[in-house]
Amino acid sequence: MTTMTTDVAANRNKHILSEHGHSDSVSNAVYGFWIYIMSDCVLFACVFATFAVMSHNYAGGPTGKDLFDLPYVFGETMLLLCSSVTYGFSVLAMNANSRKMVLTWLAITFLLGLGFIIMEVNEFHHLILAGHGPDRSGFLSAFFTLVGTHGTHVSFGLIWMLVMMYQVARKGLSVPVRSRLIRLSMFWHFLDIVWIGVFTVVYLMGVM
Amino acid sequence: MQKMPLLDPSGPIGMSERSLIITAFLIMLIPAIPVFIMTVWFAWHYRSTNKKATYAPKWGHSNKIEFVVWSVPAIIILVLGILTWVTTHELNPYKPIASTHKAIRIEAVALNWKWLFIYPDQHIATINQLVLPVNVPVSFRITSDTVMTSFFIPRLGSQIYAMAGMNTHLNLMASKPGTYEGMNSQFSGNGFAGMHFKVIATSRKKYDQWLTKVKNAPAKLDEATFTALEKPSSNTPVTYYSSVNPENMFTDVLDKYRQGMKMANSSNVAGGSTMASSGMTEMNAH
Amino acid sequence: MFGKLTLSDIPYHVPIIMGAVGFTLLGALIVLGLITYYGKWTYLWKEWLTSVDHKKIGVMYIILALIMLLRGFSDAILMRSQQAVAFGSNHGFLPPEHYDQIFSAHGTIMVFFMAMPFLTGLMNVVVPLQIGARDVAFPFMNSVSLWLTIISAGLVMVSLGVGDFSRAGWTGYPPLSGLTYSPDSGVDYWIWSIQLSGIGTLMTGINFLVTILKMRAPGMSLMRMPVFTWATLCTNALMILAFPALTATLALLTLDRYLGTHFFTNGFGGNMMMYPNLFWIWGHPEVYILVLPAFGVFSEVVPTLCGKRLFGYTSMVWATLAITVLSFTVWLHHFFTMGASSDVNAFFGIATMIIAVPTGVKIFNWLFTMYRGRVRFDTPMLWTIGFIITFVIGGMSGVMLAIPGADYVLHNTEFLVAHFHNVLLPGALFGYFAGYSYWFPKAFGFPLNEKWGKRAFWFWFFGFYLAFIPLYVLGFLGMPRRLDYYTNPAWHPWLEIAAVGAAFVLFGIICQGIQLVVSIRDREKNRDLTGDYWSNGRTMEWSTSSPAPFYNFAQIPEVHERDSFDHMKEQGTAYQRPAHYQDIHMPKNTSAGFIIGMFAFIFGFAMIWHIWWMAAFGALGILVTLILRSANDHTDYYVQSEEVKHVESLRFEQLANSERSGSINASPDTVTPLSHQV
Repeated sequence: MTTMTTDVAANRNKHILSEHGHSDSVSNAVYGFWIYIMSDCVLFACVFATFAVMSHNYAGGPTGKDLFDLPYVFGETMLLLCSSVTYGFSVLAMNANSRKMVLTWLAITFLLGLGFIIMEVNEFHHLILAGHGPDRSGFLSAFFTLVGTHGTHVSFGLIWMLVMMYQVARKGLSVPVRSRLIRLSMFWHFLDIVWIGVFTVVYLMGVM
Repeated sequence: MQKMPLLDPSGPIGMSERSLIITAFLIMLIPAIPVFIMTVWFAWHYRSTNKKATYAPKWGHSNKIEFVVWSVPAIIILVLGILTWVTTHELNPYKPIASTHKAIRIEAVALNWKWLFIYPDQHIATINQLVLPVNVPVSFRITSDTVMTSFFIPRLGSQIYAMAGMNTHLNLMASKPGTYEGMNSQFSGNGFAGMHFKVIATSRKKYDQWLTKVKNAPAKLDEATFTALEKPSSNTPVTYYSSVNPENMFTDVLDKYRQGMKMANSSNVAGGSTMASSGMTEMNAH
Repeated sequence: MFGKLTLSDIPYHVPIIMGAVGFTLLGALIVLGLITYYGKWTYLWKEWLTSVDHKKIGVMYIILALIMLLRGFSDAILMRSQQAVAFGSNHGFLPPEHYDQIFSAHGTIMVFFMAMPFLTGLMNVVVPLQIGARDVAFPFMNSVSLWLTIISAGLVMVSLGVGDFSRAGWTGYPPLSGLTYSPDSGVDYWIWSIQLSGIGTLMTGINFLVTILKMRAPGMSLMRMPVFTWATLCTNALMILAFPALTATLALLTLDRYLGTHFFTNGFGGNMMMYPNLFWIWGHPEVYILVLPAFGVFSEVVPTLCGKRLFGYTSMVWATLAITVLSFTVWLHHFFTMGASSDVNAFFGIATMIIAVPTGVKIFNWLFTMYRGRVRFDTPMLWTIGFIITFVIGGMSGVMLAIPGADYVLHNTEFLVAHFHNVLLPGALFGYFAGYSYWFPKAFGFPLNEKWGKRAFWFWFFGFYLAFIPLYVLGFLGMPRRLDYYTNPAWHPWLEIAAVGAAFVLFGIICQGIQLVVSIRDREKNRDLTGDYWSNGRTMEWSTSSPAPFYNFAQIPEVHERDSFDHMKEQGTAYQRPAHYQDIHMPKNTSAGFIIGMFAFIFGFAMIWHIWWMAAFGALGILVTLILRSANDHTDYYVQSEEVKHVESLRFEQLANSERSGSINASPDTVTPLSHQV
């Protein structure tokens, strides 16, 4: 089997991309990723629903009003929102075929995202130190889980972004790299939207 | 052969449930019997070796048949749906049973692996035995001091879950004297098979005699006794307690798991997830 | 260093467990020994373990399913014998802490590691062929899904010899499954094996949904898709929408057990009622994930073996879609006895019953497909007829349980156990068995032995009735499920009958084992040369050779009609040799899926035993493998047209031979003698 075959990468030009088979794999990948995001929505929906059920189960412990520092979380939110914008610029740069600008904007996005995560970890750290950890009450369990689930997603997004920066630098804006950048962009914006939900449901409604 | 508890109930709730099961079964036979007949008949008559049978390889659609196969099940489900709506409200376990007699109140606590029954108005308690006068409604309040269990007396009818920090309700009545099996029907760990109790339905007179007997029992249920009861045991022998102290021991067991929860009148905190919150309101409404 | 794991976690002093461990290890050793003896390691590695070919992945899924069927069935036999003897003062041969593991493992294995791999395997083997595709959308991801499923099943098997499995039932209701009441690692085995395989399932769902929606042959509109493909599509949608709920539920339970959170605990603001809600939001759609593919199989088997067009295709499709949507609206019927209001209970009860309408429609449609057909009683058809008759009974008991008033007494009794076996055995397993014998010749190029297949069917069929009708009776006798012993004399004879039923099923399984051996022995005699083994094949998988070449189709077929291959045969366009062949774009095999699976196994095992460094190692391994894999741009290649031509000319030679021997049968109304002589 292997003897009579040749590698695709060496053969790209020979074959038209519209041919049926695996050449439409880029659009399939984006489509598949949309579906993944849909399923992730269900996951978040379950965690949000859990939070809603447990949002008043303080078990004698502190409430959201006691714990949340709204300006701090607003700062966190701004970092994440800005990172979405900067990622948008990176996609624009990709469309303009500017490898350098893609890298620059990705780096800025990464730093903003990292800032967000650092702030979140810092918030968690203080809460736990003060004895308000996830094992304190049903409410805090749900709080840490919902915010933490989002944070874990963002962290994976950051790792992915590092890998993409390496790939852009190394391989340039090849077809698979572009496809991955588009998917990461979907992921990143999705997490932004989820965060707006978290910010509203957990923090805003928590202090109200 | 012994009669089947579910088909030979000894109380009005069980009787209604039996007739509901039989009615539903008969209604479902309307589509089921034709299916059995058609399966055997079609398979046999149109067997490949029977060349005399009509063969229509291209035939794959008929508005008439389609209409029938959608509408007949739909009509049957409509009938069953109405039956369901009506009976679900009639057989609501929380609904008190209409009777000229005042209902007896009993509080049931699931322990590992035994049942504690408190008769709050009589100030007595038992382990693994219920004695009830016939034709007098019984109103149960049920909770658990352990994992989720289910309080079930098959011959009397409905069961309901017992959950820590939750107070569920069940209304039953025995209409025939006899000794019936009661159990936890929800798997609850190693001693599960030994978590059953006897229900003795008897005359008012004998019930009163029994109450006197329990009131003279040497053992008393207090906090120390309760702590001892919390130790796991199964097939625990019947025990009588002549008094219950503190009197609201049932509420204490509930409160143990409600610590700091916003319970008062709000329903959906204790009442389950938001998804079912509207439905769980009754749990605390009483 | 090794977390909670100590030497005393190996139950070397319990003879029954050690027997099971020894038996499993012996089986594994024999297989490994045979592979070594025949020098097949390289072949196995190159052609199977690292394969991204959907047909081979499908076969591996089904092998896993059959192995796990044996394990799950051993559990069943143990339970049936325990309940047959543990009566009165006799507490049987299994202590509760062992018996409880057995029923928990039985349910978990049968749902996640028998049924799920079986249906996933069938759709892997069949769907790309049915839609005229050369592969699935994401072949590498397919391999990852497979390996995640295999290693999860492996974790369950490891629990046999290292520590215990869960004792909290396959549904794992807290607080029983929480840390307070189940402090050992059993529940963790349950959590991690389901969690990891669930991720595999989610990926399978995405993979096949994209495959079906984006990779169909030209001309195959949605309403021209074979019904099995439709069923798969709906199953995939359910996997995508339901499995995240399971992931979330298990994650919350994990946090309760690992970080001391209070989601489902008694006290501290925990709410155990949330668990059944979340669990069954996944759990009820899961029932249809199991059942719909089987319905799809029946919808293929009946037309083919009756030589007739499927009756009411449009109805069938809409019924499937209706079931898919409705399956999300019924979860509360699993706990009517939790104390919800009558309005809520009645709503969910009625919603449940409504599902009976599209299901009923399907039954009638299969019956009217038989009507005016030429019914051939080959094994797949026997399973189908057995299914219809048996499933109707299960449907009836299902509607009874859907009525809250009836459920109040039937819930938690053996009636419930009888009911769900009564729907899942015929409605899922019989369907998989039908699909197994129906597509076996397509996958391997030779058929399964009919004689042993029929024997297996009859044993299973009567075994089912003997094993489960007594459980209905026991329900009416007020017997709760999951008892390890009892004293009620009225229950005893029925449990003895049920044990006899289990023995019948055992004979059925033995027949299936013999069937496989006999079929492999006689393979040369029974080669399927045409690719259209049942000679009435209507859908595209029958148009290519058996087994299909690795690229499935030398030329992507064009579809003009619903039963596309039947249409081609009628038009005389089937089996046409194209003027020239083109290069074919195919994915390369990769070991990455296998490696990710192995790291996931390490990760899972380490998490179960709290061996944190090892868990970090496993997780890191997965991450690094993924990153390295994504750096590789040489994941596909072109099969040169000369090679295609070579393979295809062999195929046409075969076809010519079979024509000479007269086994191609274009006219559907004469029944081929070939398959009957087997």
